[in-house]
Amino acid sequence: MMIETKGLRKSFRSRDGRTKKTVEAVRGVDLSVREGEIFGFLGPNGAGKTTTLRMLATLIEPDGGDATVAGVDLRRNPGEVRRRIGYVAQGGSTWDEVTAREELVLHARMYGISKAEAQRRAARALDAFQLAEYGDRKCKTYSGGQRRRVDIALGIIHEPRVVFLDEPTTGLDPQSRAHMWDEIRRLRTEGMTVFITTHYLEEADALCDRVAIIDYGEIVAEGTPDDLKRDIAGDVVTVGVNGATATAAELLDAEAYVNKLETLDEGGVRLFVDSGPTAIPQILRTLDGAGIALGAIELHRPSLDDVFLAKTGRSLRES
Amino acid sequence: MKLLRDTWLIFQRQILLVIRNPVWVVIGIVQPLYFLFLFGPLLKPALGVSTNAEAYRIFIPGLLVMLAMFGSMFVGFGLIAELRAGVIERSRVTPVSRLALMLGRSLRDVVTLFFQAALITLLAIPFGLTVQLGDLMLAFLLLGLIGLMLSALSNALALKLRSEDALAPLMNGVAQPILLLSGILLPLALAPMWLQRVADWNPFAWGVDASRALFAGDPGNSAVWKALLIIAVLAAVSLGWAARSFARSVR
Repeated sequence: MMIETKGLRKSFRSRDGRTKKTVEAVRGVDLSVREGEIFGFLGPNGAGKTTTLRMLATLIEPDGGDATVAGVDLRRNPGEVRRRIGYVAQGGSTWDEVTAREELVLHARMYGISKAEAQRRAARALDAFQLAEYGDRKCKTYSGGQRRRVDIALGIIHEPRVVFLDEPTTGLDPQSRAHMWDEIRRLRTEGMTVFITTHYLEEADALCDRVAIIDYGEIVAEGTPDDLKRDIAGDVVTVGVNGATATAAELLDAEAYVNKLETLDEGGVRLFVDSGPTAIPQILRTLDGAGIALGAIELHRPSLDDVFLAKTGRSLRES
Repeated sequence: MKLLRDTWLIFQRQILLVIRNPVWVVIGIVQPLYFLFLFGPLLKPALGVSTNAEAYRIFIPGLLVMLAMFGSMFVGFGLIAELRAGVIERSRVTPVSRLALMLGRSLRDVVTLFFQAALITLLAIPFGLTVQLGDLMLAFLLLGLIGLMLSALSNALALKLRSEDALAPLMNGVAQPILLLSGILLPLALAPMWLQRVADWNPFAWGVDASRALFAGDPGNSAVWKALLIIAVLAAVSLGWAARSFARSVR
């Protein structure tokens, strides 16, 4: 295992007006990330995603629990963990008035790398991330996508075994996002383990070998995207019922073949059933018998969003 | 040695940033220049001395202390900007020495200060200022210690407050009384006794006395070693405190 945590915990004291309170941001996280995989860490804002990531990257100290990162005990030897990991923050990390090449050289040197070697690596990194053309321009002139590529190049300049990327594609346009996915896959090809946080489920589905879902500071699911989808046994049926959502929900919830039911904001219900093709005629009969007019009816395999909904009781999009 | 190497790395980057965007160095020097040209000429009659040279020999040493104070007290703003840009966090995930992250910045402030102070001293020469090189070096040592102390304090406070809106009023509130109680604009010898007693507790008043003694060609004056001692101790304490808060919040 490249990363293994047991019962990792962190709480913060915060102030809400005059009353002080303790917020348990992460309450006992167990994770295992295998060598050479892209691991996706999913969760709504405030679920403990970034806190967990920052603990693993040595930026904040855990209150309890154990973790091993790249073979080193995180709590006993954070200094050695730092040498073996790369970390790319969400908000960017460059000075405006400095060029990408200067940033890369300095960053490499902060790891104790010699000046000549740092310059060689900077040149290589600029080529690899298709930044050679802009490498000697100041960072303030870069586009969002270019800046993000500089951030990632910085994060791996010392050839770490694991790299942590905090929401690497947030705020990028679709083309830059696709480009970024390719870059992240390239890191895996080079033998790095990649740990990313994201709140885009399609990103986790397309990019990650395995994912974990965190909610209220606890892991609620972990596995490959396909396994997780398979875990929600059966199919998902979405039924549009014009204006009669509440009645329809009540009727269908009472039926034995409905495993789980959610009402949709836009009107209608989403049903988790063992088998869609056999459930649909039953649904039609139930609603028809109650005189409810049917809108569109849709059958689909569960998506990661459905997994999220089933595990946390709400959709990631609305959280 | 790792600490020295790391401090040098951080210092180099910080100086590069100052050279690329020297606006703060310029702003820092404009205020003393105003005083030099617009306030200095008032001093000969006000102090009751017979020549301009004499007036400037009293005024310039204080002006340099003021430059050291105001230039260094506000460096915390730069650190807050760096915290926001994410460059501090990026440094923190590397094994770079935490102490070096602070020392490299303090060193930048001292070097910037020496540059500004040298410029002011040179510009004062046409007004009749004279000073021995050895005495000037001692005066610059004193200025450097003041700069080191205040830039460390400013950075440590910036790390604690993390907001310009909190740092600005605090710094202004502290800077004004310290300036007025240091005898920079007029010597405290002119002040009533109670004001002089209050100023005895102001280390910068000692600094100004020492600086004046040095420019007057009197390095043996007891004010010189006393001020150097007081300010060196305070600088060491400030650096210690700042280093600790860097190490803690920048684990």
